[in-house]
Amino acid sequence: MAAPSAKTKPPLGTAAKSRNRRLPPRDRAVVIAMVAVPTLFVVVLVWVPAILSMVLSFGAWNGIGDLDQITWIGTKNYEDIVQIYPPFWPAIQHNLIWLLFLFLGPTLLGMLLAVILDRNMRGGRFYQTAFYMPVVLSLALVGFIWQLFYSRDQGLINQVFNSEVDWYGDSSVNLWAVLVATAWRHTGYVMLIYLAGLKGVDSSLREAAAMDGASERQTFFRVVFPVMRPINMIVLVIVVIESLRAFDLVWVVNRGTNGLELIGALVAQNVVGEASRYGFGSALAVIMMLISTVFIAIYLRIVFKEERR
Amino acid sequence: MNQPRPGYQQIPASVLGMAASRRNVLRGGLLTGALLGSSTFLAACGGDSGGGDASGAVKFGMNEASGAGPAFDRLAQMAEAYAKKSGVKVDRNEVDHNTFQENINTYLQGNPDDVFTWFAGFRMNEFAEKGLISDVSDVWPIDGMADSFKTAATASDGKQYFVPKDYYPWAVFYKKSVFEKFGYVPPTDLAELMTLTKKMQGDDITPFAFADKDGWPAMGTFDILNMRINGFDFHMSLMAGDEEWDSAEVKQVFETWASLLPVHQADPLGRTWQEAATSMSKGECGMYLLGTFVVDAIPDDEDDLDFFTFPELDSSIGATALDAPIDGFCLSVAGKNQAGGKEMLKYLGTAEAADAGNKGTTPFIAANSNATTSGYSALQTKSAEVVGAAENIAQFLDRDTRADFATTVIIPSIQKFLDDPSDIDGVTKSIQEQKESIFV
Repeated sequence: MAAPSAKTKPPLGTAAKSRNRRLPPRDRAVVIAMVAVPTLFVVVLVWVPAILSMVLSFGAWNGIGDLDQITWIGTKNYEDIVQIYPPFWPAIQHNLIWLLFLFLGPTLLGMLLAVILDRNMRGGRFYQTAFYMPVVLSLALVGFIWQLFYSRDQGLINQVFNSEVDWYGDSSVNLWAVLVATAWRHTGYVMLIYLAGLKGVDSSLREAAAMDGASERQTFFRVVFPVMRPINMIVLVIVVIESLRAFDLVWVVNRGTNGLELIGALVAQNVVGEASRYGFGSALAVIMMLISTVFIAIYLRIVFKEERR
Repeated sequence: MNQPRPGYQQIPASVLGMAASRRNVLRGGLLTGALLGSSTFLAACGGDSGGGDASGAVKFGMNEASGAGPAFDRLAQMAEAYAKKSGVKVDRNEVDHNTFQENINTYLQGNPDDVFTWFAGFRMNEFAEKGLISDVSDVWPIDGMADSFKTAATASDGKQYFVPKDYYPWAVFYKKSVFEKFGYVPPTDLAELMTLTKKMQGDDITPFAFADKDGWPAMGTFDILNMRINGFDFHMSLMAGDEEWDSAEVKQVFETWASLLPVHQADPLGRTWQEAATSMSKGECGMYLLGTFVVDAIPDDEDDLDFFTFPELDSSIGATALDAPIDGFCLSVAGKNQAGGKEMLKYLGTAEAADAGNKGTTPFIAANSNATTSGYSALQTKSAEVVGAAENIAQFLDRDTRADFATTVIIPSIQKFLDDPSDIDGVTKSIQEQKESIFV
């Protein structure tokens, strides 16, 4: 915190005010611009569309003709989604599975790989590159690559194991098949972030821990891991965001139907392309936004708590 | 979203396997390119002649992009031939097939080209009713164009809004060599079909290849079963939203389908139609109900392929109806050069235009009966005969009903049925509930 004069804790408002008064007009203009321009962008690019989506979600419109063509139907879209739209509940469930899986699978695995690779083993660079490689591929491409493994009749897995599993088609296994493909990419991503974090940990901390007779495991869990708290927050946020916006992979596989329903894919099915159910799709998008908001709220709470400390 | 539709027929087989994913990757870029492209054209070409002057440049929106193979070449050649003949400049706007289709609503309300490629039937009618495409009834009658095509080009107000270019039928394909080897004969009714499938199973052949990973191919099976069991008229009014989806008639279609599933390839939901075609090519499956574009996935078998129309299931209804989607052209209302566009449409419907398009490439089956057929393959000649003999022609489920209904309701529902064929009541009830909500 700036305010060097603050001996005790002054109320935040007065500190800000006194600082403001001291700023010369030119700096003030700069500050105002620096606040106003991003605010404008956020309002125009985030809030206005979000609010418009909310408004649209109470109407039925196929996008043809002017806005006066919208029929306002109240909460019917929401009622339909919850009551008669079969893909909705599976989609919610799949998004949550996605979230849990990303945490328990690739995130922990990525962390483990990072710890191992951080020990400067022989060929470490090679492994690092190999694990990171999938991250540079778009998820659409990942879906296609895995199709070569998963295809029921011509895929590698069934050929090698002489099995007949319909990896992408059987609605009880395809979600897991897709999750493995996601994990393939996500692990490398998390690994790299942790690797960077581990490199940033002051080596004197480890030495001190070693001096105190801590075992390697203790050093990691009691010393290194807590120090990496900012990295953990970043990874947490990335995982949550990745699983809420999960879309590309299932879209490539089968456009988010038959066991691969995700909210994002349902929004696209209804809005993108010829279907043009703008009201219905917007209602789905609003639901997605509400779910995201819950996670964002939790995140912000943690961050603010941190700052107050 | 019903994009990867039969229009795939026009994509070279070599690209097909990768098409889905590559297209998705490219889509964004292509779309941007297309939009930018068309607006620059607008600024640059100065063809905004306000509709009165037919000699100004005509903008031509194509649902094929350069590199899409014969499908692109044929459209490009037709456009060139018209430019040459009339002396009018034709500005081509080349867009990837699926991108074009997915963005059609925005396209038609933005700065559409004057003449653009589109489909006959319900999907044309929707645009006609919403005032997005122009009445072109003065282009009709077109010499050489049969009445069935005129009907397909007519909207609910009795006027024509469409000029047909080509078509292709959906039928049951098989390999002649396989049928000869085992002494199979194409069936003409249900009993014969069942005998044949039993024989095939005895020979260790899965009777029907089947795939529905993309969601649309199984619509063809629903269409043909409904047309055979309940008749063409019921099918069309069901598509138009005038019948109940949880009616006894529709349930019977699903029940018949469920009873036929054991003679279909298992696990269709993870298989693409190209893979299903390959299993027929390998002799693992005996038959495949698909559009003629099946050839694109197995080009080496073209000379060995033959087909029959799906046999009758009810003798009082017969086997006189089939799916044969018609592709062609419309004139957009927002197009700047209405007169010039109409002139071009008039040309595009002629046999001369069809011949120009078919010159030097794999031909399409021209809608115009005066077009030269000498370049046709045996399959195409037979297709033309079969469609010519059909009493009723449907356009395919996702072209005969509302796009939103087909995409967001029918695709998931049919997939659910294929996943668990026992819950027909649940599936039909769910379709009906959603139908009531969509068809207001």
